[in-house]
Amino acid sequence: MYLTRRDFIKIAAVTGGAVVAGSPVVNSVLALGKKPISLPQYVPTTCEMCFWRCGLIAKVVDGKVVKLNGNPIHPNSRGKLCARGHGGIGLLYDPDRLKNPLINTGARGEANFKKASWDEALGFVAEKMQKIKEKYGAESIALLTHGTISTYFMHLLHAFGSPNFAMPSFALCRGARGVAFEVTFGEDVGNPERLDLQNSKVIVLIGTHLGENAHNSQCQEFAEAVGKGATVIVLDPRFSTAAGKAKYWLPIKPATDLAILLAWINVIINEGLYDKEYVTKYTTGFNEVAQAVKEYTPEWAEKETDIPANLILETARILGKNKPHVLIHPGRHTSWYSDNVQRQRAVAILTAILGAYGRPGGIYLSPKKKFEPVFLSEKDYPDTKPELNKGKYPFAGEEGVTHAIVRATLTDEPYPIKGWFVTGTNILKAMPNQRDTLNAVKKLDLLVAVDMMPYDGVMLADVVLPECTYLERHDDFFTVKERSFGISIRQPVIQPMYDTKPGWWIAKELGKRLGLEEHFPWDTFEEFLKNKAEAWGIDYGELTKKGYIDFPESAKPYFAEGEDYKFKTPSGKIELYSKELKEKGFDPVPKYTKHAQPPEGWFRLIYGRAPVHTFSRTTNNPSLWELMEENVAWINAKEAKRMGLKNGDYIVLVNQDGVRSNKIRAKVTERIRPDCIYLVHGFGSTSKLLRRAYLRGADDQQLITKYDIDPISGTVGMRVNFVKITKEV
Amino acid sequence: MPKYVMVIDVEKCIGCMACVIACKKENNVPDQHYRTRVVEEVRGQFPHLRMELRSELCNHCENAPCIDACPTRASHRAKDGTVQIDRKKCIGCKACILACPYDARYSHPKGFADKCTFCDHRIKEGIKPACVETCLGKSRIFGDLEDPKSEVSELLRKYDASVRLEFAGTRPRVFYIKKKFAGGL
Repeated sequence: MYLTRRDFIKIAAVTGGAVVAGSPVVNSVLALGKKPISLPQYVPTTCEMCFWRCGLIAKVVDGKVVKLNGNPIHPNSRGKLCARGHGGIGLLYDPDRLKNPLINTGARGEANFKKASWDEALGFVAEKMQKIKEKYGAESIALLTHGTISTYFMHLLHAFGSPNFAMPSFALCRGARGVAFEVTFGEDVGNPERLDLQNSKVIVLIGTHLGENAHNSQCQEFAEAVGKGATVIVLDPRFSTAAGKAKYWLPIKPATDLAILLAWINVIINEGLYDKEYVTKYTTGFNEVAQAVKEYTPEWAEKETDIPANLILETARILGKNKPHVLIHPGRHTSWYSDNVQRQRAVAILTAILGAYGRPGGIYLSPKKKFEPVFLSEKDYPDTKPELNKGKYPFAGEEGVTHAIVRATLTDEPYPIKGWFVTGTNILKAMPNQRDTLNAVKKLDLLVAVDMMPYDGVMLADVVLPECTYLERHDDFFTVKERSFGISIRQPVIQPMYDTKPGWWIAKELGKRLGLEEHFPWDTFEEFLKNKAEAWGIDYGELTKKGYIDFPESAKPYFAEGEDYKFKTPSGKIELYSKELKEKGFDPVPKYTKHAQPPEGWFRLIYGRAPVHTFSRTTNNPSLWELMEENVAWINAKEAKRMGLKNGDYIVLVNQDGVRSNKIRAKVTERIRPDCIYLVHGFGSTSKLLRRAYLRGADDQQLITKYDIDPISGTVGMRVNFVKITKEV
Repeated sequence: MPKYVMVIDVEKCIGCMACVIACKKENNVPDQHYRTRVVEEVRGQFPHLRMELRSELCNHCENAPCIDACPTRASHRAKDGTVQIDRKKCIGCKACILACPYDARYSHPKGFADKCTFCDHRIKEGIKPACVETCLGKSRIFGDLEDPKSEVSELLRKYDASVRLEFAGTRPRVFYIKKKFAGGL
């Protein structure tokens, strides 16, 4: 599995799974009687500093990871890593890591931790789980989870008898986009998104701030398109890095994005700029859309958005003229308002009428390859009560809705939730309305956290189970659906440090103590992976050496000229008008919804990403903390002058419910509209065990006490909070 | 002798900071010190704004003030034409740090001056500097200007290039192309 750089370069010529032999020690140096110098070893694996999951190659010297490089053959990294990817070393060697199992000896949430053995901690958890099962039923244990660890704990909970899990990635992030694209095209746009950016002639970014949001291959393609002269149109109340690359920066009034999208559709249809052949061949419901958008003229949109009608018209014509090589970026974090799905539907409809789906420069098609699923065990899961994790939202995804779990915990409806597993997610920083979360936590009989760092949410737990980092463990294969299909491996680069364990091991050991051994039939996870590789006909040895195996024949990014294609929608066509939505009582074509604007003297709180951090997960990482120790509050220069604020002054933000933020420095800038305040998400940690991140900067989520819910998907709207600035820190 | 240069395509820098940290890890640069940085410059007033992002590093000047200022010849021109520091000869006097008009050097906690080496240890292996390898935007391009077929040669034939503080007469080997702002370096 371990190999030197030279061996790695040779790999292209290696067939089969030959093991690389040879001592890593330079013998000639030994002969001189000096301290032996070890040759570096290079181990390919998969990154998890964010959820793009790039292929990386770790350079290891004397058992220490000294450098991480992008794997050239992995399509998500293409030989490059972002800042966070390089900063993985900081996570591995962060002295604040969780090192042992911990049991809270104080009241709930007091974090009065004592060290425990794995046996003691797992025994404690198993006993509490059995008690909850006896009293309320197994379904009363829920799982809030994110990342690769989800696989093992979803399996454990299913085996135990609970279907109730939720991932923030749906309701708090990508969910609305997924629903909108599924309804329109029959499938989600993918993760990573199937965007043919490198061939786009026009790129529209709606709040998406590529560059600051450093999704590796997407940023690579964006820069390439910019270099080739693509016209970039950015709708953002803030002059983002991407706006700095744009020909058109449209500083839109927050919450009005749907107005511009509808006006663009209006102009493109009115002026006959849509792709008529494509619309006829592949879509249904065009006439209904044409009828519905008649009222949404550029002049109307100007009043809503503050963007001049002539600019709306001009940009619509640019989109029409360059069709189909246009990319309306569908975004990722789309949990903004109560009409998330409808706004994303407008993105999908615009993409479709420009003929940009399945065409160069637009959204490319999924690769054609499928492997039969290989389950963690063959044993069936027990029957359960109906799940409550999707709330009452007809289009809620399989990933579940986090606030449905919180709501059920608070109200005992439709049945009580008495235990939470929290794995790989920081519930206080990810979920809106921290008061609800804390009140729900108070009602629990058991709260177990599994993570690598003592994040805010971990500090609430009764039992903390320390997972080792992605550089120290095996995980399930990643199936990568880029232009072609591929498989990426995660394997340990070094052995786990301290008394930490891989997620699969923790789930399995807990399973054993719950009498669920039969659900965990493999001794090591590598044994499972080898079986899976065999079932899929993949050379496991080759995968461990290369890190990634591509199936180039699976690529079929674009429609052939005049090709017939059956979309996975009820009609088999792109549904511009959605019968599915209509049947469930929702608008079949998006209608504009007006959202409240901040009253005089208040600002809308908006938030986003920085290239060197992943949410709250990296704010304590020494390598990344150094580059950005705390966030700042972006405030428009004129507004700041009016209030007598200078750049760098400490301020406190107070929201409409009287919640005060931690103190934060003001960034006085021309780069933002006067009606909003922008924060980078994830700062202001309240965990004392995160010694670098503790109380550095302000927490946007703390100020998001109010949230909208999209009735279609259950995704939330987190951009509905207003804040005031006070200089009393 | 090769003529190693770096070309910075300002348009393609997306400010991701990958270069900064890749450099730190590759070269074991101590905490709070950097061998390269990304500079963000914004001009104009809301909503009429323009922005330029650009990487800055040691220019490996052909007429290098740091070499002139060094009393021990620790700062020197290496055989491959790059400007390097011999740590054994460095007495930590900091004269070079003051002489450099580009703020490219820092005083290493172990007592010697330190700066970008163009990753000469990697060049010797035939691989690109760490910052170039990881640059997401392919904004940093490295190569030999003596080779007319190299990408850097092609770019410098195709585009007007500028160097930082041209009036200083240092003849830098880091070139900036597609700049938005006149001057500003």
